[in-house]
Amino acid sequence: MTWLSDQAVDRLRDVAVRPDFEGSRYTIIREIGRGGVGIVYEAIDQELQRRVAIKVLPADSRREGQLIAGLEHPGIIPIHDAGLLGDGRAFYVMKLVPGSTLSEKGPPHTIAEAVRLSLRISEPVAFAHARGVVHRDLKPSNVMLGEFGEVLVMDWGVAVAGTPGYMAPEQEHEGIVTPQSDVFALGVMLRQMVANERASRRLRAIIAKATAQNVDDRYASAHDFSEDLVRFLDDQPVAAYPENAADAVLRWLSRNRPLLAVIAAYLVMRVVVVLVWQR
Amino acid sequence: MPGSLFPTTRRSVIEALRSGDTEERARAYDTLAAIYWRPLYKYARIVHACRAEDAEDLTQSLMLQAFERGALETYDPRRASFRTFLRVVFDRLIVNHQKHTARVKRGGGAQHFDFASAEVELNREGGRGENPEEYFQRQWAKSLLATAVDRCRETLDPPSFAIFESYDLAPEAGVTYAQLARAYGVTEITVTNRLAAARRRFREIALELVREITASDEEFRREARALFGVEV
Repeated sequence: MTWLSDQAVDRLRDVAVRPDFEGSRYTIIREIGRGGVGIVYEAIDQELQRRVAIKVLPADSRREGQLIAGLEHPGIIPIHDAGLLGDGRAFYVMKLVPGSTLSEKGPPHTIAEAVRLSLRISEPVAFAHARGVVHRDLKPSNVMLGEFGEVLVMDWGVAVAGTPGYMAPEQEHEGIVTPQSDVFALGVMLRQMVANERASRRLRAIIAKATAQNVDDRYASAHDFSEDLVRFLDDQPVAAYPENAADAVLRWLSRNRPLLAVIAAYLVMRVVVVLVWQR
Repeated sequence: MPGSLFPTTRRSVIEALRSGDTEERARAYDTLAAIYWRPLYKYARIVHACRAEDAEDLTQSLMLQAFERGALETYDPRRASFRTFLRVVFDRLIVNHQKHTARVKRGGGAQHFDFASAEVELNREGGRGENPEEYFQRQWAKSLLATAVDRCRETLDPPSFAIFESYDLAPEAGVTYAQLARAYGVTEITVTNRLAAARRRFREIALELVREITASDEEFRREARALFGVEV
C-alpha cells in the first residue's frame, strides 16, 4: 500500500474537497475560511476581472445562497451568483470583503464603540428577522469588519446547531430556534465586548435582558434590542431598566453635560466679576 | 451525475458482514481489513505500547472476529461510527489480553498482513502527539486515503496517475506545473487537465470507500466530515 506523509494526507484532504471550477468563469486562488458546514475560497471572476469569495456547501445546502440573495442589506454580504458543482455540491459567489472577523480583531476599545458595533450587528439581524430568517449561529467569527468600516454578518441560516457559549438555553437543550435565540447571541457578544470596561447599570440591564435564560424575559426581537441600544446611546430611558427619580436626574445630568458646563462656567465668571467689582 | 459526492451504488460492507452469503462476507472483509488493519496495528503499538508480536496477534484476532457472522451484531450506527465501535472493541481485547498476559491464539486461515511494512511506517512517523481517539482517527484517515490512492493507480491511465503522484503525493510540496510539464514532455495545460481528472477520480474513490465502510447516510456524513474536516 502507498505510504503517505502527513503533508501528503493534508494535501489529499484539500484536493478531495477543493471545488472543480474547470471551464467556468471562476478560478480558485486559495482557501480563506472553513466552518463546520462549508469552505470559503478566494477566487477570480475571469469575466469581470475581479476578486470574489466563493462558498462551497454540502449538496443539500443550496438554500443558503437563495436565502441570502433575498436579504439585501448593507450589513449582509451581497450574492453575485450561485449554482451547483459537477460533484453535486452547492456554491455561491459573493463580494470579497477584505478585513478581519470580530474574533480575529478583538473587541472595540470603549463602551460607546462596543454598543455602536453591537447596534450595527443587530440591524441586519433585525432586518432578516422581519423577513422570517433566523441566523442560528451568531458569534464573533461570523461578523466581518471590513477595511473601510463595513460591518457584515455572515453564514446565514445553515448552521445545524449553534456554537456553545452563544446558544440560547432553548436552542442548546431543546433545539428550538426563534428570533430570540439570535437576540441571546447578540447579548452574549455585547457582554464579551464590554467585559473589560465598567459598564453602567443601564447597559448591564440591556445585556441581562438580551441574555435572559427564560425566553419570555428576553427582548422579543433584534429590532427591540437595537432600539434599546439606540436609546442607550442617546441617553434616553431604556426598556431594560425601569429607572427611579434619582436615576432620571443622573441620566439628565449626564445627557446635558455640555449645557451644565456652560452654565457652570457662566456662574464662575459671574462670581469672579462680583469679587473683582467688590475690590 | 459525474463525480457525485454521494456514491450510492456500493453496498455497505458493514451490512455485507452480516450477510449469510460467505462470498459476500469475504469480499466485505477484504475491504474492511484493507482499511483497518494498519490503524489497528499501529494503535496497539503506539497507544497501548504492545510488543510487535502481540500487536500482530491482536490485530489478526480482531479482524477474524469481524469476519465471524454475528460478531458485529452489537454494532448500532445510531450510537457511534463503526470506526469508534471497532476501536472500543479493540481496546477491550487489548486490556483483556494484558490482564491475562496470554498470547492471543491465531485462528486457522488467518490473513497475514504485511506487519513489517507497518513497522517501517511507524519508524518514519515517529510518536504521537494526540489522544488515543485522535491518533486512531489520523491513522484511519491515512489508511483510507492510501487505499483510495491505490485504487486510483489501478483505474487511472498511467500518465495521469504519474502527474497526480508527483504533484499531490510527494512528501513535500513544491513542484510546479512547469517542472512537471518538462519532466513528462507535455504542455502545462495537459498537466492541469490530467491533474484535475486524477483529483476528480481520487475524490470519487475516497467517498466511495467512506460509503462502503459506513452503515447509514448519517454515519457516511459524519465519517466524511471526520475524513475531510468539512461537511460534504
